[in-house]
Amino acid sequence: MSLDKEKIKHVAKLARISVDEAKVESLTKDLNSIFKFIEQLNELNTDKVEPLTSILNQSLRSRKDEISDGKIREKILKNSPKENEEFFVVPKVVE
Amino acid sequence: MANITNQSLNEIIDNVKTKKVSSTELTKAYIKNIESAKKLNAFVTTTFDQALDKAKQFDIKPNFDQLLPGIPLAVKDLFCTKNTKTTAGSNILNNFIPSYESTVTKNLWDNGSFLLGKLNCDEFAMGSSNETSHYGNVINPVGDQLVPGGSSGGSSSALAADLTPATIGTDTGGSIRQPASFTGTVGLKPTYGLCSRWGIVAFASSLDQAGPMTKTIKDCAIMLESMSGFDEKDSTSINKKKEQYSKNLKDNIKGLKIGIPKEYRVDNMPKEVDELWGKGKKILKDLGAQLIDISLPHTKYALPTYYIVAPAEASSNLARYDGVRYGYRSKQGKDLIEMYEKTRSEGFGDEVKRRILIGTYVLSSGYYDAFYLKAQKVRQLIKKDFDDSFKKIDAILTPSTPSSAFKIGEKTNDPVSMYLNDIFTVPVNLAGLPALSMPAGVDKQGHPLGLQLIGKALDEQKILNIGYAFEKNCGFKNEIKKWWS
Repeated sequence: MSLDKEKIKHVAKLARISVDEAKVESLTKDLNSIFKFIEQLNELNTDKVEPLTSILNQSLRSRKDEISDGKIREKILKNSPKENEEFFVVPKVVE
Repeated sequence: MANITNQSLNEIIDNVKTKKVSSTELTKAYIKNIESAKKLNAFVTTTFDQALDKAKQFDIKPNFDQLLPGIPLAVKDLFCTKNTKTTAGSNILNNFIPSYESTVTKNLWDNGSFLLGKLNCDEFAMGSSNETSHYGNVINPVGDQLVPGGSSGGSSSALAADLTPATIGTDTGGSIRQPASFTGTVGLKPTYGLCSRWGIVAFASSLDQAGPMTKTIKDCAIMLESMSGFDEKDSTSINKKKEQYSKNLKDNIKGLKIGIPKEYRVDNMPKEVDELWGKGKKILKDLGAQLIDISLPHTKYALPTYYIVAPAEASSNLARYDGVRYGYRSKQGKDLIEMYEKTRSEGFGDEVKRRILIGTYVLSSGYYDAFYLKAQKVRQLIKKDFDDSFKKIDAILTPSTPSSAFKIGEKTNDPVSMYLNDIFTVPVNLAGLPALSMPAGVDKQGHPLGLQLIGKALDEQKILNIGYAFEKNCGFKNEIKKWWS
């Protein structure tokens, strides 16, 4: 299998990362060498193996559905790149 | 006292307790060291005023019963620190000031220590040489052209250069143990779930684990005891009684069974690494341990498995950096989607982008079974190799890394050769086990090399004990010349 430039651009679109046209070439080369390395796994027959879903011998704990924190709007908004009183501000989505 | 910073954490604690040195004197001495070590680029942020203030408070009202009484500590910049900038080595978090404290750092402060500064690291902990940080390369105090290892490279460099008495890092595929090996220091990756992940900038959640980096094994036990413990805020945190690792440290390892895995003798491994491994085996044997040949047949598949699992989890974890709620936002972008794309393109570095793209691809529709599911199956086989072996042995001894510290720029053009550096450390993360890297000797260039002890889940005390016995009989001394000040 090999990844071509179009595929890389599509994946970059899915990941919401814009990629410079000038960099697509080297990125394609790097990713293909990594995938070539990853494909060693195909040597192994894993038909009868269960996938690992947790490395702990315990299931995830759940807690009561209660508010344990809150009233920290100011703290949360403090790190926002652009804020307007009580809201996060983004470029206009709906005309 | 000629040099109050040139000692182990344990000795420094003793000096504070016996009032040979005050917390303020200690803090001032570290600040002086840090200010004269700018060439190492180990720090992203310093918090000197705050540290001096805490030291003063301690000296006025000391509590010597604490594990870390009045001890200043610098930590990897991946741990969120309340009101102190936390960057994860990334441009995308260059202005992020957490309003909360990570559980692990909170535990350290609750035991009497305080923050000296935040240490440089590979961007989002993705790297093996500290060359992916937005804040520049970190230099290894061992030599001015050498990488300090990664991703906890600022931590290993600062520790080896006496810029902090001990430190903490995070280890997703070797990021504590490999830099420890490269700088002649001790690094421990604890069992998955022993230290809380809450408040640590996430990379690959099923692999990430915080751990201590120290000058000695005893120091490592003190730090592990201080930072570990159950945390309700981390759903994978293990709920168990707290251990007293430092108090229970013993150097009698007679009768312990040490496994020697044949698969860790890899092609092109320098002779010195093999010889050092031999030296380690001999020391443990002379101390009364029994060496047993074992096989971990799926070892060679650990790295390819890791490079599916880790990027997949990273692509999901790093989806949160969108320029909306915190962090960097691009000034370009006409609409919302374009703003996301520009923000992430300008905010992330090349290695992080590569891994997000790999992760997005292996999780994308039509490829999930071929990559992610396959990797999780192989991960099961890797874990089973360890489980089977640990039925007949107490611990496993291997080299920590296939080479000593390499030169800056040597591997940056070939991602796969960089990844191969973690060949001995990655299997442990996939299986969730604890592993310790301890300094064991030097190669012909005089650069430090480490050996790794792998334990059963939650068997930290045993590998610390073996390390303690080894350290006493190994005769390694970290001879670092202070060329940078």
